[in-house]
Amino acid sequence: MEKGTWKVKTGLAQMLKGGVIMDVVTPEQAKIAEDAGACAVMALERVPADIRADGGVARMADPAIITAIMETVSIPVMAKCRIGHFVEAQVLQSLGVDFLDESEVLTPADESHHIWKHDFRVPFVCGCRDLGEALRRIAEGAAMMRTKGEAGTGNIVEAVRHMRAVQDGIRRVQGLPQEELMWEAKTLGAPLELVIEVHNTGRLPVVNFAAGGIATPADAALMMQLGAEGVFVGSGIFKSGEPVTRAQAIVKATSHYQDPAIVAEVSRGLGSAMAGLDIKTIPQQELLSSRGW
Amino acid sequence: MRIGVIALQGGFAEHIAAFSRLDIDALPVRLPSQLDGLDGIVIPGGESTAVNRLMREYGLVGPIRELAGQGLPVWGTCAGMVLLAGKASTPANGSLGLMDIEVERNALGRQVDSFESDLSIPTLGDRPFPGVFIRAPLIKTLGDGVEALCRLPNGAVVAASEANRLACSFHPELTDDLRFHEYFLTLSRGDAFTKSSY
Repeated sequence: MEKGTWKVKTGLAQMLKGGVIMDVVTPEQAKIAEDAGACAVMALERVPADIRADGGVARMADPAIITAIMETVSIPVMAKCRIGHFVEAQVLQSLGVDFLDESEVLTPADESHHIWKHDFRVPFVCGCRDLGEALRRIAEGAAMMRTKGEAGTGNIVEAVRHMRAVQDGIRRVQGLPQEELMWEAKTLGAPLELVIEVHNTGRLPVVNFAAGGIATPADAALMMQLGAEGVFVGSGIFKSGEPVTRAQAIVKATSHYQDPAIVAEVSRGLGSAMAGLDIKTIPQQELLSSRGW
Repeated sequence: MRIGVIALQGGFAEHIAAFSRLDIDALPVRLPSQLDGLDGIVIPGGESTAVNRLMREYGLVGPIRELAGQGLPVWGTCAGMVLLAGKASTPANGSLGLMDIEVERNALGRQVDSFESDLSIPTLGDRPFPGVFIRAPLIKTLGDGVEALCRLPNGAVVAASEANRLACSFHPELTDDLRFHEYFLTLSRGDAFTKSSY
């Protein structure tokens, strides 16, 4: 019997597909998310919109909050650690968290090096903006990817940009003749073996979700049609007017993303979505997606 | 031969791919109308609370129960097994109730305890079967007429069959071993599974 294998790490990500992972900050919110049909929750101290508003250094959540959420729901519980902060990761693993997000939403602890994720038994998800970044994280041991998007904005534009960039990268690598793969690996800054794998399979070696700015059922279905295998919704649910209805609606839209009639039906009378932010109004140094490489 | 794979949430694409490797048409099922003309139904792994909610919301529970009652083979893997069970620890009343088994969700622990282990499944032949257990459930009690197909070394039941219904805690669809899928197809065809072909 072997625990923490690559197969069981990537396998859990595969079982989350077609689902919605919701940010929650209390056990009550976690319960609402579970009842609405979330396939997992992300246990946090503050949602990204509040982290953005509060400023300062954002760190791993208080273990008391995470443990309380783990005791409340039966679905997988994820938690975030800072980029490069492998001790936060060790702490979260010791709590028995099901998945770790080495996240740009928190303030990075290391501006050069991400965590060597192969050392852990718990699987990791990481953010990416393009194929090269995705393959670098996978090489370090990430068992699942997500777009970075621009968290806490309720604006889908960056998630769309990042998903399109990843898909464009995959299509490009797939179409290259073999002798150009080494150059492509050099250009992407990604390991050759993974570039060859993408060339052969036409997909990332791990599951890829959308994250960062999803606020409506149509946003979720848009990301799914662009190739996401599931979605993370951060501030979009509990910063909206009616979280319960919106959570249920986003779950249904993610499952039935190819059926516009269903997306229309669940979008009726949802109340106000979270107030959004135009990315162009955010000062460059406050963009979360440029953290990590 | 057409197999429908419930495709609301979870690892449905992996089952569809496994059947394709056996040259079998497998189709995603999200709505009741897509249940027409099937020779078998697979309920894949995923989160049972999420799948259960969506199955109820879109009216799949009644039709699946009815088809199974008419003899259509149904196979649940991991979360799918939880949904097939007559009794599951949670959701308490949410299951399809198609098998006389009691299932405990996440009985083998959280993700940090997920594991791989070779399994002995005599029905599938002598060669060990690669077991992939992810936050896996266990069968706690088996009713009359339910046959245990596989046990862990400690005796815990991780696969069972009852007439045309099949359930397992682990994920054959995440491996290259197609024997479990082939075995399910024999239920659909109504012929005997020949171990000798393996």
